[in-house]
Amino acid sequence: MLATSRNFKANARAGLADDNLQKALALARTGFPLRRSLAVERLPEFEALRESGRSIKDHVLAHLDFYLELYESRAVAAGGKVHWASTAQEACAAVLQICRSVGARTVTKGKSMVAEEVGLNDFLEANGITPVETDLGEYIIQLREEPPSHIIAPAIHLIKEQVAETFRAEHSALDPARPLVEPRQMCEEARAMLRPRFLAADVGITGANFLVAETGSSIIVTNEGNGDLTQTLPRVHIVMTSIEKVVPTLEDAVTLMRLLARSATGQEFSSYTTVSTGPRQPGDLDGPEQYHVVLLDNGRSALLGTDFQDMLRCIRCAACLNHCPVYAAVGGHAYGWVYPGPMGAVLTPSLIGIEEAGHLPNASTFCGRCESVCPVKIPLPKMMRHWREREYAQKLSPPVYRTGLSVWSWVARRPALYHAFAELASRVLGWAGRGRGRFRSLPLANGWTTVRDMPAPEGRSFHSLWAERQR
Amino acid sequence: MTQTRERILAGIRTSLGRGPPDAHTLAELRSRLAARRRNVIPARAAALDECDRVDLFVAMAEEVQTTVARVVSPAMVPEEIARYLAAENLAAEIVAAPDPGLDAIPWEIRPLLRIRRGRAGADDKVSLTACHAAIAETGTLMLISGRHTPTTLNFLPETHIVIVRRGQVVATYEDAMDRLCAEGASRPLPRVINFITGPSRTADIEQHIELGAHGPRRLHIVLLDEAQATERVGEDEQRGAGGQ
Repeated sequence: MLATSRNFKANARAGLADDNLQKALALARTGFPLRRSLAVERLPEFEALRESGRSIKDHVLAHLDFYLELYESRAVAAGGKVHWASTAQEACAAVLQICRSVGARTVTKGKSMVAEEVGLNDFLEANGITPVETDLGEYIIQLREEPPSHIIAPAIHLIKEQVAETFRAEHSALDPARPLVEPRQMCEEARAMLRPRFLAADVGITGANFLVAETGSSIIVTNEGNGDLTQTLPRVHIVMTSIEKVVPTLEDAVTLMRLLARSATGQEFSSYTTVSTGPRQPGDLDGPEQYHVVLLDNGRSALLGTDFQDMLRCIRCAACLNHCPVYAAVGGHAYGWVYPGPMGAVLTPSLIGIEEAGHLPNASTFCGRCESVCPVKIPLPKMMRHWREREYAQKLSPPVYRTGLSVWSWVARRPALYHAFAELASRVLGWAGRGRGRFRSLPLANGWTTVRDMPAPEGRSFHSLWAERQR
Repeated sequence: MTQTRERILAGIRTSLGRGPPDAHTLAELRSRLAARRRNVIPARAAALDECDRVDLFVAMAEEVQTTVARVVSPAMVPEEIARYLAAENLAAEIVAAPDPGLDAIPWEIRPLLRIRRGRAGADDKVSLTACHAAIAETGTLMLISGRHTPTTLNFLPETHIVIVRRGQVVATYEDAMDRLCAEGASRPLPRVINFITGPSRTADIEQHIELGAHGPRRLHIVLLDEAQATERVGEDEQRGAGGQ
């Protein structure tokens, strides 16, 4: 997928001005956190589960080579085929080669963020194969030719009127006078449109939430059942996934699953959790004849042993998006690539480079809600700070900002000078603002004052008041 | 392909600053796997006796719009299914798993219930299956694929009816998976294990929860509670006779 993360500021401004987006986000920013907190309250062990989830993932990452080799050998023993891919291109090529080997024309797809990451749909289409997204949200945005705006609710940026408009335009064979007002009617229409596609597809592609090393299994977690129809009906099932998804045992997978739905949607458990191991077995009446797994690296292995290793614990629940004030204001498209919100602000620079995605780790208030709700306790603000430091060290941030920071740090490292300046500045500003008690505009600070007033200091600096009290 | 594999594995080892795992580490990792150690287990279901566990299963299932009917004898199952289909205004035509576990039910007492055994097709409206286990923790059913238990039954029809025997209700996912091993089906696993918690749903349009996105719109459990049957033999026979 082509990144537009460089344009974050313009994207964000457009998002803030988009009434439909703001209406859609208003529903999301209250709903998700409320449902999560209710689910967490009901489970006294939730905190212990987070700790356990973190340690499982840390253990896997420390021994990732061992678990991947074991996973591969067990998947192969079950009759599956594992395709390793270093890059997006290699992953796409592997999928195309499988599709061509069975003469596939149509593929159905369950939701896969890894498939989004490698730009699989565009690649297949360019090669004469029609990909059909079957998750309702993914289906809607595929019709609209938009990227997903959220990692578990890809069409969360839309209101129902926009969905209705899209369906009327794209489902042109249906009666134009049909009622299409309630979400119920739109779900029914999508169900009716997609059912024949499920039945006709030659290949079904899903993602994987987890891979189980012990058994060679892949696991998907869904609510709609589209992933199951996608992987059960066609002759070939391809799992698009990435190397950090592996866990040692089914017991470990279950522990993470107890965290996943509660963190994501506030459900106790998603409707469908499906553990798949190999193709159809002798005597089975249904299921795919071939089972392939495309295992993508795409820069992940290079994160091991760095400040960003913890990011590989991520189980893609989207709790950090759902609790982020920046995401809630600008929406997911502003981030300009596949992964938005706090997890995207850390992962995107890791995968496509800080030169491209430097705005993202800066688009944070560091309020820390993301880390506080993360089911595997990823220190997201800390890692965004690491990216800011690297951006500064590589001289990628704007000159004015860099000069300002240099001046500030020079002064801050000289406490006597700093205190003198601070005392002087608070007195001057206090005097200048004595009438209103706030400033509508300030030289060099219009980034602050164009959207809000700057409160005027009371006339003394904190340091001098503190020193006085200590006496 | 092999080159890519080696490159990725080598890259992982370089990043971790070590070579392939040594003998000691390998032994540790293998013993961790062999132990199949359980992690944190919620007390919610694990601490309950059988009776409360079954009640919790029913309560949790109903919370996610699964409907549950309790019956006390196999003879009541066809009756309950006929009642359910009539109440939902559905035709009395069912595709059922060719599962010997369903043979013990006296289907002949409801001759109008037309039952085909096999995998589900595009036109089947109602499916009937047994299950491998029922998990009280979240009201979740565990179904496995096999020659007698095709997966399409769980997803293609609009209505899925599942017969759960009281003895199949376990506390946790771990308990349910242990039953898989205890029955000699440990490895390789069945092609598919389906954990099913309520009917299909979506909230992709304005967070509005709609049932029946792509999978079944309705999930109905007939809970065969034979433990109660011993206390109610007389009543049971009367009802069975009434059904004929």
